[in-house]
Amino acid sequence: MNYETIIGLEIHVQLNTRSKTFCSCSTRYGERPNSHTCPVCLGLPGALPVLNEEVLRKGVTAGIALGCDIAENSVFAWKNYFYPDLPKAYQISQFEFPLNKNGYVLIEDENGREKKIDLTRAHLEEDAGKLIHDEVPKGPSKVDYNRCGVPLLEIVTEPDIRTPEEAYRFLSAVKEILQYTGVSECNMEKGELRVDVNISIRQEGEERFGVKQEIKNMNSFANVKRALEYEIKRQTKILRSGGVLSQETRLFNTNKNATVSMRAKEEAHDYRYFPDPDLVPVVIKSDFIDEIRQKLPELPEARRARFIARYGLTAYDSEILCSSYRIANYFEEACENFSNPKKIANWILSEVMRVLKEEKIEIDQCKVTPQMLRELFDLMEGGTISGKIAKEVFDNMVSTGKSAALIVEEKGLRQVSDRGEIDIVVNDVLIENEKVVSDYRAGKKSAFGYLVGQVMKKTEGKANPKLVNEMLKEKIEK
Amino acid sequence: MGLNDLSIEKLRDLLKKKEISVMDIVRDIEAGIAQDDKHELPLNAYINFDINRIKKEAGDLIGNSGKIENTLLKGVPIAIKDLINVIHTPTTCGSNILKNYVSPYDATAITLLKKNGGVPSGKLNMDEFAMGSSNENSYFGAVRNPHDRSKIPGGSSGGPASAVAGNLAVAALGTDTGGSIRQPASMCGVFGIKPTYGRVSRYGLVAYASSFDQIGPITKTVMDGALLLEAVSGYDPKDSTSANVETPVFSDYVGKSIGDLTIGIPDEYFGEGLDDEVRTIVEQGISTLKEAGTGVKRIKLSYTKYAIATYYIIATAEASSNLARFDGIRYGTRYVKTEDLETLYKENRSIGFGDEVKRRILLGTFTLSSGYYDAYYLKAQKARTLIREDFTQAFDEVDIIVTPVSPIPAWDLGQMVDDPLQMYLSDIYTVPVNLAGLPAASVNCGKTSGGLPVGLQLIANHFNESDIFRTASVVEGKVG
Ligand SMILES: [Zn+2]
Repeated sequence: MNYETIIGLEIHVQLNTRSKTFCSCSTRYGERPNSHTCPVCLGLPGALPVLNEEVLRKGVTAGIALGCDIAENSVFAWKNYFYPDLPKAYQISQFEFPLNKNGYVLIEDENGREKKIDLTRAHLEEDAGKLIHDEVPKGPSKVDYNRCGVPLLEIVTEPDIRTPEEAYRFLSAVKEILQYTGVSECNMEKGELRVDVNISIRQEGEERFGVKQEIKNMNSFANVKRALEYEIKRQTKILRSGGVLSQETRLFNTNKNATVSMRAKEEAHDYRYFPDPDLVPVVIKSDFIDEIRQKLPELPEARRARFIARYGLTAYDSEILCSSYRIANYFEEACENFSNPKKIANWILSEVMRVLKEEKIEIDQCKVTPQMLRELFDLMEGGTISGKIAKEVFDNMVSTGKSAALIVEEKGLRQVSDRGEIDIVVNDVLIENEKVVSDYRAGKKSAFGYLVGQVMKKTEGKANPKLVNEMLKEKIEK
Repeated sequence: MGLNDLSIEKLRDLLKKKEISVMDIVRDIEAGIAQDDKHELPLNAYINFDINRIKKEAGDLIGNSGKIENTLLKGVPIAIKDLINVIHTPTTCGSNILKNYVSPYDATAITLLKKNGGVPSGKLNMDEFAMGSSNENSYFGAVRNPHDRSKIPGGSSGGPASAVAGNLAVAALGTDTGGSIRQPASMCGVFGIKPTYGRVSRYGLVAYASSFDQIGPITKTVMDGALLLEAVSGYDPKDSTSANVETPVFSDYVGKSIGDLTIGIPDEYFGEGLDDEVRTIVEQGISTLKEAGTGVKRIKLSYTKYAIATYYIIATAEASSNLARFDGIRYGTRYVKTEDLETLYKENRSIGFGDEVKRRILLGTFTLSSGYYDAYYLKAQKARTLIREDFTQAFDEVDIIVTPVSPIPAWDLGQMVDDPLQMYLSDIYTVPVNLAGLPAASVNCGKTSGGLPVGLQLIANHFNESDIFRTASVVEGKVG
């Protein structure tokens, strides 16, 4: 008997606004606990929320990028539950009338075919604070409300995903879109993107869905994949042995590489949602949406296509460059007004990527700016330095942050293109290597390369290789 | 006679002429309170009257502005219902759960009050979290009616009404969710106005039912009500439900002719349950208005019969969420030492809240529960729309709707404590106004044979408080 897996995802992503959703406190991460709080985000008696327009703007931007219908009227609602990280004992969220509805994201499935994953909604809500347990063993738990009120976008999919790999690809695509549109950094280590999954299994051909299991709060795509793989095995095993699944909420334990039960369905909360009486309905005019649509940055898919068409890159190269909007931006800035973008692309894919990997840094932390890289290429194209010297200069730029021109000057790496100067060295080499010369003349063509190498060695690599080749050939074949 | 017996209007004059100082008034109030405390049955109108704190507020005000004589209120002390946050001052909401809570910020209404030369002076007793119609639900004890100390002062702003009527305050800020300003004003024979929803910022007003709550004045005279409302009104970017409208100079309308107005008398407010003496007094009030030249029309407000049920469903639903934050974790009193979170919540809230508050939290939690939401909350919202439309239609025909405030005058302390439903029903004439977000006032209209005051309710269309002030001053002129 074959089983089919049905997966739906809920993604909570932090919008990168400077201030919180309903007050003017900073959203900065990693600050002294409770230093970014006020009566509003602490839920002090009498304080009232006011929606930050930037949150709305980013919410609509994400909605457009995710192909959603933007609601003309959306309504915030109170989601009620008691927990010490939630100071008002309700979370301001959206329920019946979300900001964004009916979106979709395109991915490539495992057979290489395009697949559309439908989104039910993408709504705004505020984050809760953070509990800190066992700072002192057996000591009291503490709460940090700095994160409380930070804006979140909750993206909910239809049950369209069929495999853990599809889930992984979908999440990567969503992350790319959100980063591209500048609404979130999606920094998973900082908890800026968290995933809940719903997974059920049914016999192939069955119409009804199986019993749903929810796995909550994962902050790595790899973990999502592993948790799903584990769940498929676990559920299939139970069903095959004639067992019955009961609806549960589970957590993924990374050490055990397994999911464990958190609570049964009977213990599920009744959130008693109702419209927030402190906030008026959000009314969005069409010109607000138009304005955002016009300013919407190019999305990953469109950019990949453009890189192929405009810069003549291969599909593979443009895929890698566009996997991060920062690297793609770096590339475009570097090849502005440069005649051979393919060369720059290759350099980024090999040299720059190597440095990022070695130094474990992001591209915007690299000391070589796109402008500096272009200057290096200008020196190469203009014949001031050779490609070989350029690599040396680049490594030097990475460690010192100095410009290419300065390094060439300081280290005397300027290419020698003076015929007279090269002529002297060529003559020396011919005299010192009479045997090699006669071998060449006897038909051993590979001997030529050795002679070129000797000239380069004597000039410490600075001789213009084109001239060296030309002059050697002229003399030796005379 | 002390300065505490005078109105804002008179004290403004004396302050302007520098015949008295702000602290002279505060000291007379303090003496008044001290004397009342010696009474066999004290009014118990204050929860907190900290002379040093008031002195500091007054000092700051005089020091900061330097031109206090140019402000609207010129330094007149205003007592504050203990549901409104005043910085560095306890804000207990009449509850055990907040008895030790000191607010770190000023409500916007307090900021505006200070800016306009009012000195926040003392926090007034009230029904716990503004839930009640008799001021018997206070952790700090019941408040008495100065006209007859065996009677209730009305609620939930019983402290403000009793203090103003008993000359323990010059004037006060109260709050009105379902009649909490108008009903005690009526029972204590003073003026009280609930402004249009959105007229006064709710920022810093501890929420009972957010879509109803409004801050408003309780004063000795109509003129004082106009001055104090002017001082605290205005758009507040910190309150999304605050209206961005101009604040009229309300005091200009006091004493102005009402010959151009038509008053509406709704049949539904004069039916069964209305005390005969109250009816007679209210009818005399209507005659007074007719004599002043108003037109009179009988009108229909047919959905009135659903108002009590609608109000108690929506208000308690909002309250059940608004009061969920009081758990003893971040502020307020923590009563139990336990390592179990659920026990902490249960114990703190069981000990911290009084019976009426618990009753309303349970009611609201129930009506919002999955499976009941549509039958109660959603239906109540629909009824609310119908009640609002009732008024919209009525205001096509009339300018001011005139009704009783309460079907009965002040009752005996303890008389209804065991019959909450009966007490809810006594709100029948005041809650429709909150459901519709309209402005309405109670102006004293006479006394019963037993010497108990009876107020006349004047309801106007949204943001039309000016007509209320005109009309109320005519009634005040006749009754005195
Ligand atoms: Zn804040």
